[in-house]
Order: sequence, then structure tokens, then C-alpha cells
Amino acid sequence: MQLSGWGRYPRTEGRLSAPRDAAALAALLSEGPVIARGMGRAYGDSASGAHAVSTRHFNRMIAFDESTGQLIADSGVTLGEIIAAFLPLGWFPSVTPGTQFVSLGGAIAADVHGKNHHVEGSFGAFVDWIEVMGADGTITRCAPGDELFHWTLGGMGLTGVILRAAIRLRRVQSGWIRQRTLAAPNLDAALKAFEDTAQATYSMAWIDCAASGPTMGRSIVMSGEHAVRSELPAALRAKPFETPAHGSPRVPFDLPGFALNPWSVRAFNSVYYWSGARKLPSSLVGWGPFFYPLDAIRDWNRIYGRKGFMQFQCVVPLESHAEGLRAILGAISRTGAGSFLAVLKRFGPQDSRLSFPMEGYTLALDFPLNDRSLTLMPELDRITADHGGRFYLAKDSRMSADTLRQTDPRWQAFAAMRRESGLAGAFVSAQSTRLGL
Amino acid sequence: MSGVVLILGARSDIALACASRYATGGYSVQLAARDPATLEAAAQDLRLRHRVGVTCHAFDVLDTPGFFGFLESLPEQPDVAICAVGFMGDQPTSQRDPQAAALVMRSNFEGPALILGLLAERFEARGHGAIIGISSVAGDRGRASNYVYGAAKAGFTAFLSGLRNRLARGPVQVITVKPGFVATKMTEGLPLNPRLTAQPSEVAEAIWHAQIKRRDVIYVRRIWRLVMAIITALPERLFKKTRL
Repeated sequence: MQLSGWGRYPRTEGRLSAPRDAAALAALLSEGPVIARGMGRAYGDSASGAHAVSTRHFNRMIAFDESTGQLIADSGVTLGEIIAAFLPLGWFPSVTPGTQFVSLGGAIAADVHGKNHHVEGSFGAFVDWIEVMGADGTITRCAPGDELFHWTLGGMGLTGVILRAAIRLRRVQSGWIRQRTLAAPNLDAALKAFEDTAQATYSMAWIDCAASGPTMGRSIVMSGEHAVRSELPAALRAKPFETPAHGSPRVPFDLPGFALNPWSVRAFNSVYYWSGARKLPSSLVGWGPFFYPLDAIRDWNRIYGRKGFMQFQCVVPLESHAEGLRAILGAISRTGAGSFLAVLKRFGPQDSRLSFPMEGYTLALDFPLNDRSLTLMPELDRITADHGGRFYLAKDSRMSADTLRQTDPRWQAFAAMRRESGLAGAFVSAQSTRLGL
Repeated sequence: MSGVVLILGARSDIALACASRYATGGYSVQLAARDPATLEAAAQDLRLRHRVGVTCHAFDVLDTPGFFGFLESLPEQPDVAICAVGFMGDQPTSQRDPQAAALVMRSNFEGPALILGLLAERFEARGHGAIIGISSVAGDRGRASNYVYGAAKAGFTAFLSGLRNRLARGPVQVITVKPGFVATKMTEGLPLNPRLTAQPSEVAEAIWHAQIKRRDVIYVRRIWRLVMAIITALPERLFKKTRL
């Protein structure tokens, strides 16, 4: 069957299995190389390959410790399921990416980050241990300090199949977020807003990539804190964990390829900026719209049409972030290939072996699959590389092995480790083949 | 709404989906299967996700003399009983081997019908309850490819129909569920048409709604009602020559 990620590009021919238990999974491993697949929310080909193994039957919650917030669960459990089960008790994932429809295994394999990276780090910072099935079918439990743990965090499923994990949730007093919104008229103002909100638990900005000249980089910068009970209006205080239902519309079919063109993208971005600018500077929003605005539109990836789309996400280090971002935004507005959805976020320091974040600024962009995008993206790669930046493999669908080698030498050590330990022949994705891992 | 739901044959995908649906609705859950130790992981998952009481019980659908003892052993009388026991067997083997065929018949008809019959007695005496039998579209008309299984399910369907008829003037509900194809362990690897194939969670949702809306007989995907209407309407002269 055809396998692809959330961007629906590239599509690769492969087998998809869904073993029901560890023994069945071990039997599949003995047949040849596999790659684990959770919810298929990586954008490109991270979880596609000749043989993808779904973790959807590894979906049990096993234990929860109310005193520490430690949850032990199988890797196929999603963050959304964790929220549904534990928010009513006053717990929330310590780190969450922009969708709740990711599996625990996927979140660990990509070492995902959230709006709180600048203060609290990535998902891996809250993982106590993981259990990984290796090429020979044996299951190893490993924790921070163990080699396998550090190679697996951000290792894109290439060290084995993550089967189970113990993660720490955070205590919250409500399901509401106190959100602050600030309209920044240009890039400098946006960057300043980030430095001003450095103490906020959560911060991110939606950035208008279609704006150029004096308004280049104009952004809506949002920050947030979990609301404590006393901050809720009296009407909400009795049931602080109940927020209005979030998410009903669904994109029922693929929009035609021309639906997103430079004009519609420009118009959308303008409307979004000006409606953001008119928002109240401070408001109370539910956890759904704050963390997962796009989850409200099921199958939103279909707005890019049948051909699909690509994500570009880079991080530019703090030393060169302003010039780097300016060069990237300039290149985008020059080609008129404005991204429909673009996100800018400040990263804090990150000390891990393979994970994507580093202290600096990350920019995430969507581009429809067309010639213009395919010409632009290598140029963005080059600009990022020139400014000492690197790329997020969970978003990547097209980077060259050369670009990865040049920007992120850590992966060469990873590839060497894989060759020496026999993992290179056992866990293979379309992405690992493309990138020479 | 809340109460206690008893799920017989609780290892199956449909059974676990029902357990999850009823737990979401606030029900405590009694899971029953031959080896209750194999239910513990699912029980713990339900407890963590839904914060409801979950107990596991030994129930062997072939042990009809043990049914009274099983019902006595339950810590509470359930408000809803769902029987998801099912065993497809292998049609060619069933044709040759009476023991194998009897196992299919007893697993799909005798045991499920008798245990639900006993539960219905108790529900009637108590004055409320819902009996939900998961039968099959295979019971709507016997076909060459699985008529031993189909005949057993036909028997089960007829039993539920009679039970419903008997209890219709009282408070006890009897629901017959004919799921059509479902993506479960039982059908894994079969080339099923995706339009005709429901997910276990869809079956559970349909059952939940059938109970609330006091339905009698449900097909999970609407298209099955049409498909089976056509299949059952075919004259036998024609039907006997089909390969369905």
C-alpha cells in the first residue's frame, strides 16, 4: 500500500503491519527491516518505508502515580488520550507539540518540543524511562544516562521500536490558559516580544511570511500560563477542567491545487494579522484552541490538495538569528511562495544527543507541493546552513543527505553507531535511506 | 446515565470497544472471559482512562452447567449485559468434523443464548435491564462459505427475537446487533471492502445509541441493511447458485 506522512508527500510503496503483541512484533522483526509508525503525524517519510509497523495495538495505560504525576503507558497511546484521562484529575502533558494526535512513541522518537521549550526543554526532559525492542526482539528498558536512551530520544525510530514509556505529567489547576496576545508590526518587534516574554511558560508567534518591506516578519506573538482556579470567573470555577468542545469541522475533500495561491495566502495572512491585532491583549482560552488550534479542523492537510505539502522547519542559533531569519523571510517573499501557516518560536538551551532544538529561534513553514516550493526550499536550506542552523527531521520530506551532513554532524556519529550495532539493517525508513542514516 | 455493564467474551476487540464506550458513559465494567488473568491489562487501562470500577471474571461459554455459579459470583447484578462471544471456526473443517461444527454451534448459539436467557430472567424479576446480543449478518441467510457459523448465529438471532417478543410488555430491553464486517482480530488479513467494514469503536457507539434509543435490531453500517435486504429477498432458485 501507499504510505505517507501528514504532508502526504512523498508517497512510498510499502507494507503496513499492525502486530498485536510483543511476540508478533518480534516475529516481524525477524523477517527484515522495519520502521515503527505511530499516528503518522511526522510530515514527511519518517515513518514510511518498505515495512512500517504500526504501534496502534500497543495502546494500554499501565499505571499512574498521583503523587509524582508519573504515567506508564504503551507507545501507541496518544497525547490526546492522556489529556482525556488525566486533565480531569488535574494533570497535563509537560510538553506537547502542536497536535494532540501524536503517539507517545512518536513524541519520544522525534523528541518533540512545545511552546514551553525556552523554559522547560523538550519532551525528553520529562521521560523517566523507555522500553525499546531491538533488532533481535529483546526488550530493553533504559533511562537517562543509558546509551540507548540518548540515541533513541530524537532518533526517529532508528534504534528500535519504542514499546512503553514512563513520563511525568504536570499539575494544573484548570483546563484554561491565560493568554496574552501582542501584534508585532515587524520582525524586530516580534523578536523583542519574545525576549520580553522570556519568563512566560508558553510562547510562540504566528508570523506573516507574505509580508515584505517594512512589515516583513510582522507577527502575532502569543504567550500563556495555566490559569489557577482563583483566576477563573466564578461560573467556571466549579468545573475548572471542563472547557468547551473543540474541533468539529472536517475538510471533507481535497481542495483543488489552486485554492492556495500567492493571493489567497496573502489575503489570509493579512486577515489573520489584523484580527489578531484586534484581539484583547489578555484573555482566557481553553487548552484546545491554545495548544492545538489546527486540531479543530480534522484532516486540515487536505486543504493543500491531492499533491500534498511540505514543511520546512529550521532553527537558527542565537548568535545569528536576526540575520538568518531576515534572509529566510526575504527569500520567501521574493519568490511569492508565502506560507499559509508559519510559526516562529524561541528555543532555550538543549543538551541532548540528537534532538532538534538548540538555543535560538525556530521557524516552521508549510509549502504546497509545486515547482516554486521545490526550488525555494533548497535555497532556504542553504541560508539556514550559512547561519549555523539545522533541521527538524520530523518535518523533513526532501532534504538531501549532504545538507544534513553539512548542518548536523551529530547524525554521522549516529549512522556509525547504527552500522556497528547492526541497527542499520534492522530499522529503516524512507527518510533514513534518503539521508544516509 | 450509569450502572454496571457485564461484557461476556471480553477479550474481543468489539467487547473492549464496548467496555470503553460504557466506561466513558460512567458505567462500572465487569469483564468476563475464559481466562480472567488475560483481562487484567485491559481492566487496568479502563480504570486509568475512565476512573470507573472494573472487575474480571472467569466465564466459559461452553460450560452451561456453570452458568448459575458464574452469575452468583458476580459482585453486583449488572444493569446491562453484552454478549460478544463469537467463534468463526473453519467452514470446511466444520463440514467434515462434527466435533468442530458443534464447537462453532455451541460457542455462537447455545452458550450465548442460554446465558442471556438466564440474565433476562433476573432482569425481569428485578424490573429493569438491557440484554444485548452481538449476532451476525451471517445469520440472515445461510451461505456456502460459512453456513455452520451462520446457522448458529441465525439461531442466536431467533432466540433474541423470541426473548424480545416475550419481554416486550415489560421494562427489559433486548437488542440484536448485526455488525457486518468489523476490522478485528477475527477478520485480520481478510480482503474486506472498507465501505462495508466498521471499526470496533463504531460498533460500540452504535450499541450505546441503540440502548439509549431503545432500538430492537441494529446493523452498524446502514449499507448492511440494504445488502442483507437484497440477499434475503433473492428467490432460493437464484440464491442457491450465487457465490457470496
